Amino acid sequence: MLTINGLDKAYGDLSVLKNINLHVRDREFVAILGPSGSGKSTLFQLIGGIIKPEHGTITLNNEVINGKKGLISYMPQQPSLFPWRTVLENVVLAAELTGKPNVEEAKQWLEKVGLAEFENSYPIDLSGGMRQRVSFIRALLSKQSLLCLDEPFSALDEFTRIKMQKWLLSVWEENRKSVLFITHSIEEAIFLADRIYVLSKRPATMKAEITVPFSRPRNESLLETTEFFDLKQQIFQYIKEEIVE
Amino acid sequence: MQQMWQRGGKSIVFLLLLFILWELLVYITATPMWLLPAPSDVIKEIYNGIWEFYGHLISTMKLTLLGLSIGCSVGLFIAIILYRLPKANQVLYPLLILSQNIPTIVLAPLLIIWFGFDLLPKLIVISLVCFFPIVVASMDGFRQTAPELKHYMEMVGASRNQIFWKLEMPHALPSIFSGLKIAATYSVMGAVISEWLGAKQGIGVYMTLAQSSFRIDRVFAAIFFIMLLSLLLFGVIRLVEKLMVKGRKEGV
Repeated sequence: MLTINGLDKAYGDLSVLKNINLHVRDREFVAILGPSGSGKSTLFQLIGGIIKPEHGTITLNNEVINGKKGLISYMPQQPSLFPWRTVLENVVLAAELTGKPNVEEAKQWLEKVGLAEFENSYPIDLSGGMRQRVSFIRALLSKQSLLCLDEPFSALDEFTRIKMQKWLLSVWEENRKSVLFITHSIEEAIFLADRIYVLSKRPATMKAEITVPFSRPRNESLLETTEFFDLKQQIFQYIKEEIVE
Repeated sequence: MQQMWQRGGKSIVFLLLLFILWELLVYITATPMWLLPAPSDVIKEIYNGIWEFYGHLISTMKLTLLGLSIGCSVGLFIAIILYRLPKANQVLYPLLILSQNIPTIVLAPLLIIWFGFDLLPKLIVISLVCFFPIVVASMDGFRQTAPELKHYMEMVGASRNQIFWKLEMPHALPSIFSGLKIAATYSVMGAVISEWLGAKQGIGVYMTLAQSSFRIDRVFAAIFFIMLLSLLLFGVIRLVEKLMVKGRKEGV
């Protein structure tokens, strides 16, 4: 569905991404794991079409989308809700850009994720976890088939994060879009994804591709199994090489 | 109510104290009324002359509101143009600042020479004094749009127009209202000055007449009504702001 081929990106003399190849299949959850400053966000900006690559192609549904905007759903690191819009008005924002939003569907989703009573509240009255849920529903409600999540839980505390990861999986299993998920947490990547790409430090190259063998639906007991731990160890070996100067 | 007391109550008490001091000083020094009337004389004059004054007050109020709405619309329009067309900004912004350096008191008679004693020159004076705060405040508001919200809008493929109308414009509302409050107080002043220079009715006319006949108590009555009008406008704008700006911490 999404295929990225030989992607290079540099800012002036500073090479950020070098020969990146990856693909996301239909209804697949793919995580990209990499150290901070490795160009993960640059990769998203390229897919989002805000910036153009020096070399390489980004193909979505057999169409080259280099520099084309508006073809992905997006959930940023910060919730980025508009403070003057109510929760309901916020979740339809992304859909609003391409046409008339489906308010009924939005209400149903809020109901489903337990935010129905906050429909008319403003973001200022919500907790951090609730804001991220709203932000995720906003991304789900826009009609693009690829969902790009940029470290959505990195600003949350550990307790909220695990809760949110479980929540994300349960919602996603009901509505399986293709997902590209950026994270710097190994556990998060294993827990959520079907496949993991590991990026090296700058200039980022594709260091490894790992298939996660665990079946779905998953829950937090997976986090305590030896298989989970072994996989974590294996991925950590790749990361370790990046920490060493 | 309690909040209002905390905000305005203490300054009202202080103001009352000053008035009492003033009253006493006028009484002790036996200052004649044509030099400085005591507050009690002014209050008497306000009470006795209110019906005569009423017409002037309404006239000034109409003029102020009309001038303020024209000035604000023009100001907002210019701010949008300047923000969205950076080239126009480079050419026009210095000129805008210069336009604020022309003393109103010099410009107003000229406008009357050119346009006569009609409404037009007065409206130009008022608009001229109140469009500038709106331009500056709105442009600041547009510029200070939260970068992460803008980044989000770009990532989901919003057009320049959508980014402006859905994000930058509502985001700038609190700033625009700050500008509006400044403009509102200026507009009353602008209206009075423009009336000074030639009108049949209005607080400005009343003031010149009172001054030339040494009715200082009437001058003070006029000042009182000018303040009241400014406060009233300010209050209305705050009310509208409270209704329109939601989900954000309250401004000043």
